[in-house]
Amino acid sequence: MGATVTTANNDEKTWGGGHNEPLGASYGKMMMWFFIVSDALTFSGFLGAYGFSRFKFIETWPLADEVFTHFPFMHGVPAPMYYVALMTFILIFSSVTMVLAVDAGHQMKKTKVAIYMFLTIIGGLIFVGSQAWEWKNFIKGEYGAVETTGGSLLQFVDEHGKRVALADFAVKLPEQREALTRSHSTWFMEDAQTQPSFTVAEVQAGFKAHPGLLIRSEKLDEHKKKIVLTRAESEAHLANAKYVVEGANLIRNEYGNKLFADFFFFITGFHGFHVFSGVIINIIIFFNVLLGTYEKRRSYEMVEKVGLYWHFVDLVWVFVFTVFYLV
Amino acid sequence: MSHEHVSNTKRIWFVFGLLSLVTIVEVILGIYKPGALEFNHFIGLNLLNWIFYILTIFKAYYIVWAFMHMEGEKSSLRWSVVSPVIFLVLYLLFILLTEGHYIYGVFKDSTIKWNF
Repeated sequence: MGATVTTANNDEKTWGGGHNEPLGASYGKMMMWFFIVSDALTFSGFLGAYGFSRFKFIETWPLADEVFTHFPFMHGVPAPMYYVALMTFILIFSSVTMVLAVDAGHQMKKTKVAIYMFLTIIGGLIFVGSQAWEWKNFIKGEYGAVETTGGSLLQFVDEHGKRVALADFAVKLPEQREALTRSHSTWFMEDAQTQPSFTVAEVQAGFKAHPGLLIRSEKLDEHKKKIVLTRAESEAHLANAKYVVEGANLIRNEYGNKLFADFFFFITGFHGFHVFSGVIINIIIFFNVLLGTYEKRRSYEMVEKVGLYWHFVDLVWVFVFTVFYLV
Repeated sequence: MSHEHVSNTKRIWFVFGLLSLVTIVEVILGIYKPGALEFNHFIGLNLLNWIFYILTIFKAYYIVWAFMHMEGEKSSLRWSVVSPVIFLVLYLLFILLTEGHYIYGVFKDSTIKWNF
């Protein structure tokens, strides 16, 4: 019995951990900190795994500034990093409004807390929307590529080293292509969903018809540029082509190493899920603020606790940004 | 909480300015990638990536200390939150990156061609 007795025994606030406050923080706040510690370790595990795979394929890893080049309303203009920088700003700014809400809460200014919480929610929604847009571009792809039987990825460039899209040179062959449907067979059903716009034969024929085209391999040279093969080498490599790859999915992607897309989806997806749940929690707290719950409680500590979570989401993004887009 | 709650709006905007500035510097470096930084290495990592990682840690410090108000907490809480993360992450990265580098060597020096 003695071991279970707490100093909070005679107190109404037993659920909240009483008044003994280890580490000088209230129960809820301390637990939020330790949740953040465990979540930080989870993200570290993911980013560490990304680093592991990247080190494994250090010579063939895709270049981020070739992958993320889109900016809204600037179609066709390569804008590496600008959009993700904007997203970072939005998230940092929503962190600022959150900390301003916490600050207003300390002064018991209900209206101010509500306004800042609202701005934080808007910032979070814009960020999640931006991430969805980024995913859309990533999944759709831009140029298309070809995968060989050995699993390496071949991209197409013209004689100046500029990327060329499959649609620009592949020819339409009069062959019958049939997507398997359930009425035919259930085997290889996934082929039906991922059937690319061109067959390997069409790409090969188009390549033959355009003598100026070359193939760019996944390998990086000492200046971190992808090595472009000679025409003879290109033809030899293209003969081994097995799949036409357009855009990205969890099996293969047109940017390069298969794991690149997997990690991108998984890590930014997991982070996006955190942002999304953060927005939901912020909305709940926002309504509590409006209803005057914390005014009655004489304490806006709840805003502080969700604030901790929200800043953590921002903190993780700082690392994801560096690891995926900068390094 | 024992510490008093004075409004520190000024500091919040200062930190925001600082974080924005660091992000702008990162993006500029990321776009131009100065060759002098990118192709000179220091302990197996090129100088550009060193800068990126240092700036990231710098930003993380300000987010945790200013925004999450770690500077106002007791040092016992500070240490019990920060030290497990730092040491476990360093350990994790050390094992994973060393092992990843080893596997890279295996692929490179042998005839294995196995993409997984």
